[in-house]
Amino acid sequence: MKSEKDQLLQKAQEEILRIFTSEYPSEKMPDFISKEVSGFGTTKDERIKGFKNFREVLELQYQQSKEAGIEVSYKKKPFKYWKDESGDLALLVNEFDLFVKNPEGTDKLDFRLSSLFQWIDDSWKLIHWHGSTPVNVVRDAWHLTEWQKKNKELQEKVEEQTKDLTLKNYQLQKAKEQIEEALRELKEAQEQLIQSEKMASLGELTAGIAHEIQNPLNFVNNFSEVNTELLDELKEEIETGNIEEVNALVKDIIENEEKINFHGKRADAIVKGMLEHSRSSNGQKVPTDINSLADEYLRLSYHGLRAKDKTFNATLETDFDQNLPIINVVSQDIGRVILNLITNAFHSIRDRKNNLNGSEFNPTVKISTKNFEEYVEIIVSDNGNGIPESIQQKIFQPFFTTKPTGQGTGLGLSLSYDIIRSHGGKIQVESGVGSGADFKLIIPKN
Amino acid sequence: MKILVVDDEKDVKTLFEQRFRKEIRSKTVDFVFAFSGKEALAYIDKLDHEAILILSDINMPGMSGLELLKEIKEKELTPKPIVMMISAYGDEQNYNTAKSLGADAFLTKPVDFKLLKEKLQLN
Repeated sequence: MKSEKDQLLQKAQEEILRIFTSEYPSEKMPDFISKEVSGFGTTKDERIKGFKNFREVLELQYQQSKEAGIEVSYKKKPFKYWKDESGDLALLVNEFDLFVKNPEGTDKLDFRLSSLFQWIDDSWKLIHWHGSTPVNVVRDAWHLTEWQKKNKELQEKVEEQTKDLTLKNYQLQKAKEQIEEALRELKEAQEQLIQSEKMASLGELTAGIAHEIQNPLNFVNNFSEVNTELLDELKEEIETGNIEEVNALVKDIIENEEKINFHGKRADAIVKGMLEHSRSSNGQKVPTDINSLADEYLRLSYHGLRAKDKTFNATLETDFDQNLPIINVVSQDIGRVILNLITNAFHSIRDRKNNLNGSEFNPTVKISTKNFEEYVEIIVSDNGNGIPESIQQKIFQPFFTTKPTGQGTGLGLSLSYDIIRSHGGKIQVESGVGSGADFKLIIPKN
Repeated sequence: MKILVVDDEKDVKTLFEQRFRKEIRSKTVDFVFAFSGKEALAYIDKLDHEAILILSDINMPGMSGLELLKEIKEKELTPKPIVMMISAYGDEQNYNTAKSLGADAFLTKPVDFKLLKEKLQLN
């Protein structure tokens, strides 16, 4: 490096080093940097194209070094260089120790810089450079270790997330099972409640009916006791030969037997009626005479209520459409609905009677049926206290009841609603406070 | 002794007539039957200072036995009729009400005729 040009080249190289390692005034950079400079950096794997880009990168580097409190110094080592035939192109290759001082200490780096200079306008300008620091790993020409490390980290992350997901999935599965179990239990409880409502309504009937059976049974017992006495008397009169008395006694005995028979059959009918009601419905639709069904359940209900409370008195009216055809329904279920409506009607008129206390009130329950082309209509009417409009929709809700606690399950109308709905029909109420209520059942003929 | 039996069951008449046939024949008792509280009151109103024993069922349609009892007591008849109430088995509530209304005796169904006869003789 003896000629002036060579000396200028050396100077240019030193300036370039200073540019890379310390804060260098950007207005002086064009003295040593070509407008079309390109380069590959090592700091951030930067690719530089053009002076503007070069300056931006360096200014950013200066700023970050300042912020991080970094000071860079270097120790030069002899460098290599090549020149081309023209003498206007020179490649310089430098290796040197770079000392990076940061607030925690000083780091030493091996730095390599290849710079290509061109003689432009009587000065050497950098046209391309490449800076690098070696990766400090033996036998890792292709940076496999780093790649593997990154890969391993990724895998570990994925594994962790998979574990996490698997756990969450398991927890969800468990939660799902718990919910299904809870749902099963709820359904069971619902079944039990419906069953207990059926039992309750059956229970109400049976209490009244058991009560009612007492009367005919009393007659059966009493008349048979009487007949035992009469038969003793008969024996005596036969011995005495009193034919007249014998005949009179025989007549009485026969009459009494007839009464025993009558009341026995009466009790039997009551029991049969009760068993009929309690028999589980198998859900089968059978051809049913709605008029007789309504009549039967009207009497059954009145019977049951009177048995519990013989002071209860009501006028029963029926208005059956004689043209009503036989239709296919689950007769026990429809019967249950009619029973429910009639029972409610009776309760309503009894309440009103109790409130009015002796005035001119004639409690009446009426059942009427009407035949329409597509459906049959059953109406249960009463002249009780009526139902306020505010609760007319609530009455069909499960557990809604206006009776005092302990009386009634509140499921009667809700079950009735379900039964009618399952027949494809409708249940409607028309009522006003003080003007009784009409419950209308509409059952399609199918 | 005149006995008015009030019960809506028609066969009660036959039963009483059978059970008391000896007494009826010997004219120890004279039975009259009413099948409702209303009927019973109509009969009582026609009485002219006659001693009467009234045997009434409690559970009847229309006017109940208890209502009848109340009406009879309010009538202030002379001589005062003796009123015995007959109720269903296990009916404590009615028993208490009857007592408070001034019933003279109380019987439960099924009527024990032996017991009834004893009670009647004691009176």
